[in-house]
Amino acid sequence: MDSGALGKVYDDGEVIVKHGDVGDSMYVIQEGEVEVLVEEGGKEVRLRVLGEGEFLGEMAIFEREVRSATVRALGKARLLTVDRKNLLRRIHEDPSLAFRLLETMSRRIRGLTNEVVKLKGGK
Amino acid sequence: MSSKADKSSSDWATALRSEKGPDALKLDDGSRVAVIGCGPAGSFFSYFLLDMAERMGIDLRVDVFESRDFSRPAPLGCNMCGGIVSESLVQALAAEGVSLPPTVVQRGIDSYMLHMDVGSVSIETPVKEMRIGAVYRGSGPRGVEETDWMSFDGHLQGLVLKKGAKLKHGRVDEIALKGGKFQVKLKGGQPETYDLVAVAVGINSATLKLFEGMSLGYEPPRGTKTFIREYYLGREAVGKILGSSMHVFLLDIPRLEFAAIIPKGDYMTLCLLGQDIDNKLVESFMNSPEVERCLSPEWSSSEGACQCSPRISVKGARRPFADRLVFIGDCGVTRLYKDGIGAAYRTAKAAATTAVLQGVSAADFERHYWPVCRTIENDNAIGRLSFVATRQIQKRRFARRAVFRMTVAEQKEDGHRRRMSMVLWDMFTGSAPYREVFLRMMRPGFWGRLIWNIVVSLLSPGRATSKR
Repeated sequence: MDSGALGKVYDDGEVIVKHGDVGDSMYVIQEGEVEVLVEEGGKEVRLRVLGEGEFLGEMAIFEREVRSATVRALGKARLLTVDRKNLLRRIHEDPSLAFRLLETMSRRIRGLTNEVVKLKGGK
Repeated sequence: MSSKADKSSSDWATALRSEKGPDALKLDDGSRVAVIGCGPAGSFFSYFLLDMAERMGIDLRVDVFESRDFSRPAPLGCNMCGGIVSESLVQALAAEGVSLPPTVVQRGIDSYMLHMDVGSVSIETPVKEMRIGAVYRGSGPRGVEETDWMSFDGHLQGLVLKKGAKLKHGRVDEIALKGGKFQVKLKGGQPETYDLVAVAVGINSATLKLFEGMSLGYEPPRGTKTFIREYYLGREAVGKILGSSMHVFLLDIPRLEFAAIIPKGDYMTLCLLGQDIDNKLVESFMNSPEVERCLSPEWSSSEGACQCSPRISVKGARRPFADRLVFIGDCGVTRLYKDGIGAAYRTAKAAATTAVLQGVSAADFERHYWPVCRTIENDNAIGRLSFVATRQIQKRRFARRAVFRMTVAEQKEDGHRRRMSMVLWDMFTGSAPYREVFLRMMRPGFWGRLIWNIVVSLLSPGRATSKR
């Protein structure tokens, strides 16, 4: 790992977030890609692939629920952990810090809406 | 579809901003903003001003004035600072979408090593991850040979120019207030009128003198001298001697309050805080057994490649704003001793959001920008108390032994039970507000363990040890 690289490097296939675990942080991808997976009938289904600059695990910042999916590194990936406490303290002082998180969540809701429309249209 | 969304967002912005009436001092399409100084405060201000204006559908013209060339090593391109980007700032910037690439970060820091006469102990970052960045504000010390990395200030300046700001290279030598607006003149140029001027210079900058006699109510911050020296060791030796740790020294040397050695690329940076730091004090520190224990056997005494004695702010400015004018970063209010870059980010962003969302009158800044400055100032007051307590520990061997014993014992425990380690971590890395550190120090569990360790230390004085 480069001595100036911030965050933590995950090897190909290494689990970053595990479905069902309790989380108190989110991650920002600094380098590389990760895949988001859910288990359906004993089989893993890939929901999406995320790349540099994207967030994952952001739901843990706002709700105290278990992780909703498993995230694994696709090749070598470097991620930075953002603590819930630190981020919420910052957002309390500067609510505009949440803009990018809201944008990400909004984009994902739009994506899910499209998926629902496709599924309903297919019936 | 998209134009409809843009229109409704713009309508909302107009509605929000027109609440103040047509005569309010505010930024509109085509408004001109001057940012004097393009260090972290100036860059963060410009970046978030343009970002926020874009969200609100306002087209601003931003000029950034900077006399330094960050691509040049030594004083010509350096803003003279220890160069630590704190854990909390690294995380906030990541959430903002501002990443610090490995070409900008000289070394990721994942732990710190506390050195005292009674021993040395390594304390790891709570998530065992590189979340503190050691950076060069300029392009490195005098005589630097490496060219494969970038200056931190230069990186931020690049982001700002990419956002649409224009760089005006040179020294500002005249500022005048005419018709309720400020005029800024670059040396050898013509004065230009701006709707808002953001001043983001250091506390010793001659630019601050240009505002004297304007009856703005602004009084610059009070400062104290620090000492920074760079030593060339070579990348391999830096890794071998210092690893990815920041080395913090709590020593009983008169006039010395705090000392740190930071690994950076081919160099190590020495930072000293104290009263009247002179060469004698620096040599006394470098020749101390604790420093020798930290650096040997690889280290052989060498002359520093570059050194400076910049002043840092210890008491914030009075009234750092006026109509169409705001002082941010070091020349406004900053954090005591630690995380100056983090304070620059906080004040710059508060000023930028105020300017775009609220307005640029003194009343707007007083209502929406000043509270952030006041929070930092109030926290500094608690920080001063905490440093008084640290000085008492520095002076008493039994107290140093107790802190050392407690910290060493905690390294075998879970994160939340590492009470002293977390206090020291947040205190020395600037990762949490001083208030939070102070409250953690007030917990009964902390005191129970500390008193127990003080008693043991008084009963069994021991020899110095090193726990990595």
